[in-house]
Amino acid sequence: MTIRLEPRMWTPRWLSPLTTIGAVVVALFISALILAFVGGDPVRAYLHIANAAFGDVGVLSDTLVKATPLILTGLACALAFRMRLWNIGAEGQFLLGAWGASAIVLAPTLPPGTPAIVVIPAMMVAGAFAGGVWGFIPGILKARLGVNEIITSLMLNYVALFWIQYWVFGPWSEGGFQQTEQFPREAWLPRLTDVATAVPAFSGLTIHLGFLFGLLAATLMWFLLNRTRAGYEIRLIGDSPRAARYAGIDIKRAIIVVFVISGALAGLAGMSEVGGVVHRLQDRISPGYGYTAIIIAYLAHFGPFRVVIASVLFGALILAGREIQPSGVPAMIQGVILFSLIAGDTLVRYRIRIDRRQPSTAPTTTSRA
Amino acid sequence: MDFQLVLAAGVGTGTVLLFAAVGEIFAERSGVLNLGVEGMMLIGAVAGFSTVVATGNPWVALVVAMVAGGVLSLLHGVFAIHLRADQVVSGLALTFLGAGLARVLGEGLSGAGATSQLPRLTVPVLSEVPLLGPIFLTNQSVLVYVGYALVPVAWFWIEKTRPGLHLRAVGQNPSAADAQGIDVYGSRYAYVLVGGLLAGLAGATITLAIQPGWFSDQTVGGRGWIAVGLVIFAQWSPIRAAFGAFLFGAISRFILDIQGVDAILGFTNPFQAGRSATFFLEMLPYLLVIVVVVIGSREALRKRLGAPAALGIPYVRGERGA
Amino acid sequence: MTDPDVPVAAGLLEANALEARGIVKAFPGVLANDGVSLDLGVGEVHAVLGENGAGKSTLMNILAGLYRPDSGEILLDGQPVEFNSPRDAIEAGVGMVHQHFTLVPSQTVTENVILGLASPRFLLRTGRAEAEVGRLAKQFGLRVDPGAKIWQLSVGEQQRVEILKLLYRGARILIMDEPTAVLAPQEIDELFRTLRSMTADGRSVAFISHKLGEVLAIADRITVMRRGKVTAAGMPAAGSTRAGLARLMVGREVIETVERTPARLGDTVLEVSDVDAVNDRELPALRGTSFTIRSGEIVGIAAIAGNGQSELAEVITGLRACSGRIRINGRDIANASARQAIRHGIAHIPEDRTGVGSAPNLSVVDNLIMKSYRTPPIAQGWLVDTVRARGVAEAMRERYAIATPSIDTEARLLSGGNLQRLILAREIESEPDLIIAVQPTRGLDVGAIESVHRLLMARRAGGAAILLITEELDEIMSIADRVDVMYEGRVVGSFPVDSADIERIGLLMTGGEDAVADAAAEAAPAGGDAP
Repeated sequence: MTIRLEPRMWTPRWLSPLTTIGAVVVALFISALILAFVGGDPVRAYLHIANAAFGDVGVLSDTLVKATPLILTGLACALAFRMRLWNIGAEGQFLLGAWGASAIVLAPTLPPGTPAIVVIPAMMVAGAFAGGVWGFIPGILKARLGVNEIITSLMLNYVALFWIQYWVFGPWSEGGFQQTEQFPREAWLPRLTDVATAVPAFSGLTIHLGFLFGLLAATLMWFLLNRTRAGYEIRLIGDSPRAARYAGIDIKRAIIVVFVISGALAGLAGMSEVGGVVHRLQDRISPGYGYTAIIIAYLAHFGPFRVVIASVLFGALILAGREIQPSGVPAMIQGVILFSLIAGDTLVRYRIRIDRRQPSTAPTTTSRA
Repeated sequence: MDFQLVLAAGVGTGTVLLFAAVGEIFAERSGVLNLGVEGMMLIGAVAGFSTVVATGNPWVALVVAMVAGGVLSLLHGVFAIHLRADQVVSGLALTFLGAGLARVLGEGLSGAGATSQLPRLTVPVLSEVPLLGPIFLTNQSVLVYVGYALVPVAWFWIEKTRPGLHLRAVGQNPSAADAQGIDVYGSRYAYVLVGGLLAGLAGATITLAIQPGWFSDQTVGGRGWIAVGLVIFAQWSPIRAAFGAFLFGAISRFILDIQGVDAILGFTNPFQAGRSATFFLEMLPYLLVIVVVVIGSREALRKRLGAPAALGIPYVRGERGA
Repeated sequence: MTDPDVPVAAGLLEANALEARGIVKAFPGVLANDGVSLDLGVGEVHAVLGENGAGKSTLMNILAGLYRPDSGEILLDGQPVEFNSPRDAIEAGVGMVHQHFTLVPSQTVTENVILGLASPRFLLRTGRAEAEVGRLAKQFGLRVDPGAKIWQLSVGEQQRVEILKLLYRGARILIMDEPTAVLAPQEIDELFRTLRSMTADGRSVAFISHKLGEVLAIADRITVMRRGKVTAAGMPAAGSTRAGLARLMVGREVIETVERTPARLGDTVLEVSDVDAVNDRELPALRGTSFTIRSGEIVGIAAIAGNGQSELAEVITGLRACSGRIRINGRDIANASARQAIRHGIAHIPEDRTGVGSAPNLSVVDNLIMKSYRTPPIAQGWLVDTVRARGVAEAMRERYAIATPSIDTEARLLSGGNLQRLILAREIESEPDLIIAVQPTRGLDVGAIESVHRLLMARRAGGAAILLITEELDEIMSIADRVDVMYEGRVVGSFPVDSADIERIGLLMTGGEDAVADAAAEAAPAGGDAP
């Protein structure tokens, strides 16, 4: 008896979302098993996550704060992956964006007292630009020299890490500590809690403007992919580069452009984190957002709005996961989720056929000539 | 700063990259891209270290580490070979899983005290040979000598034996190999496993020989990815991979040791530990990987050789009766 | 079941080398073999004839161990056998040479021949193996260098390697799938000589073909299949006629698929002069190619695969660099980008429907706008007017009879014929001045072929210039106005179809003559040797 995979000729609409959700459920189950195996308490851990992430409005707000950088980096990855460009460098692009935005404040490039309405957009531009440059490097290397973008973008993640460390331990260090001084108020992204005097219910809610950036970016990306010529080209290249070439599309240019936009989005995420949450540049500014973004993008099948949903879920995981022992659990769960998603993907693309041995009318001997 | 000592230490560091790179060469030559090297190395490192802490026997720890790496690689194998998944994504998933799992398993290990390491050897007579002797053959971990042996064996296997011919065929044109009765699936599983065993070995080399101790993700610190880059630079040749690995090893050691020096050529050392300029030094290996990969790609473009033709493409057999 | 009115040969007295009885094999949606029987005598060359989809490949694949029959039996030397894999078949002495070779391009001939063998056990002894391969090649008249790398060899030489692989393993029965499809006539002669030397050695050959002339030239006996059944079993080749065989293959008199109206020629649309280009292996593919096509004219390029016709299509459509002059409506487009070619009104129906001509996972709509999304009305500035696009897609679907559940269906779910209708719809809807059609009816059923031809003829009547590149000479004869023969990258002959001499064209296709060069050399006598 053999098990065969046969390509599906036609996939029902509901199969893909179902397998995606199923994959997540299975992954959580498997992770629970592993957790139990190493001596943890999965039930308590999961309940804690659910509570710590969605328990009340304040906590929900925190979840969305954690989700914000994920949305933007998730979109960055989703865009690149749509075109089969493996941008593994979202982490580095995020860091560069954080640095770029900080540079506006800390360099300083604007005179003190400049109102927020100038500072914030300046930070946004700087952040996106820095991230874009970091995306440009692997992009042009791939377009011009055919260099594997996975390795180049990944290596740049490490370079970015040390770049930040240089500035944070060196020129911008506050009193010799591993962080810069705090940004002035004009460089803070507005948060709901800032208007608490007018709306008391918002008191303590730290959701900031970055979340809006994320939603806006998701909408714009959806629009780009489905309603514009550029988006059509991206989808076509991603599905069949040979057909795209035949259709007259300049693939090299597309690679560079998409990598730059992807980098810029991740850079914006960095800016939003630095401007909306931490208000300074510091060493461990990202708990791996850029890497989680990869899984989010995949989970969302590269769809912008699905990225938002997935980001919220993962935001919950990161938020609550900080308190879970052992500390590697969220990372492990992410790996299991990705594997489950892949397995689910296989189920969607193929049908499983079980062959029984076929009866034959001839006696089963193999003779030699 | 004693250059000879630096280079000698670099050989040890390079051996880690060597094992991982050669392992990945085997896997990729059979047509399977396994990007999970970092994850497998971490698992090997933590498995090796925790075993030696628990049992005090580094040899057993070595075996456990290799098995751990191998088991993890088979997971990727199933997804890549049987489920025909996108090998890039599956490899990344393996990295996440391996890293997370290693962190979970390594909980509490960083406090472990001194552990027994694998023995170090000095080759008699030959270690007196000027220049090469003191660097390559003096007081090196036994694993380093294993590494020396691995390179020619790997080369010979691939180029000069029948199974090696089959390996090359499977990676270049699996349907031709299949038509000739070669078990494509089986070969690929076998070589992915070899890659996993060697990656586990690489991780164990760190925690049992070169840099004993468990420092969570930092234990491997991206070296798995450097190994993947080295494979491209090596143009899938074990000998070139060895060259690249030792070169990187030397550079890594140099970067580490220069931070301890007060002055270079009479000038104050800007890279002395504690000064912020050291961070630029730390960037160097990673930037170098980019350079090296660019070189490898340009060469591949020029010679129109490059990767095994079927690399990363799942093999689908036409319908069979059996 | 065989038709009682169809002649059946008397069986041979000795046991057949290989025999298939009552083979039934079904795939999802089609009954490929419906009770098929075949007998292959010792030392004979047996041809299996049939149209696309007749079931011949399936039968051969079963005999070679690739598939297992749903029912029926196979007898080898009179003994029943069961093959679970091609390896079993080879061990029993039955080997197959497929249409698409299974060779590893970067390895040598010898390495490919010994690939998969149990010996040498461990160490490769290349020297010894090469000598052995060389000896075997000489024995059967297979001219090939044992040390050469596969990618350096011509298609004919590669086929010899495939045959060597089987002979090296001691195959007594050789099965070949369309062996002459990619060969030049001298190579075909050499192949036939090899087959004869093998049968003289007591081996047997079964081969699939749809080339009636060759079948009559080499086969001892012929079996004809149609739609999964055998319509004539083991007929002696002597005494069969092409017309008779054709009737057995198709079941009716072969008629022209479309009516051809006289050509109404206008101005020159496409002018190709002295164009040189290299192929992917950096070998010259086009050497001073020159010809013109006028509006309202269909020019067919008759050439054996590999003589530069693919590169010609690419050079005109902006997918390959070249030197020389290419003009469309007077404007120079040599080395223009694909985008510019599209803008100049050049439509391209590519050879590879699924890999190049369409994006498999995008919808029918998305595939239909692949060439029109940059210009109004589908394009609105940076945007794509999706409402408009859908409207246009629905209209095209109706007009070109593209059978699909909806315009949102993914392209990969369309049948070959419908996918081709989609591609045609997209390419010719804009009424282009020039259409480059490469193998437009390959792999299609009769109905689809008819609709493709009808659409092309309609465009011809509308004034388009059409370059038809195809392997089927019959197709050119049926719809083209002029046939230009290409050999080794040059146009070596050009004739109006109505007065074309097929034999002479065949000669030109194989380099036996160069009509163009001869005519150009005034001092030389006009024309070449008479056929």
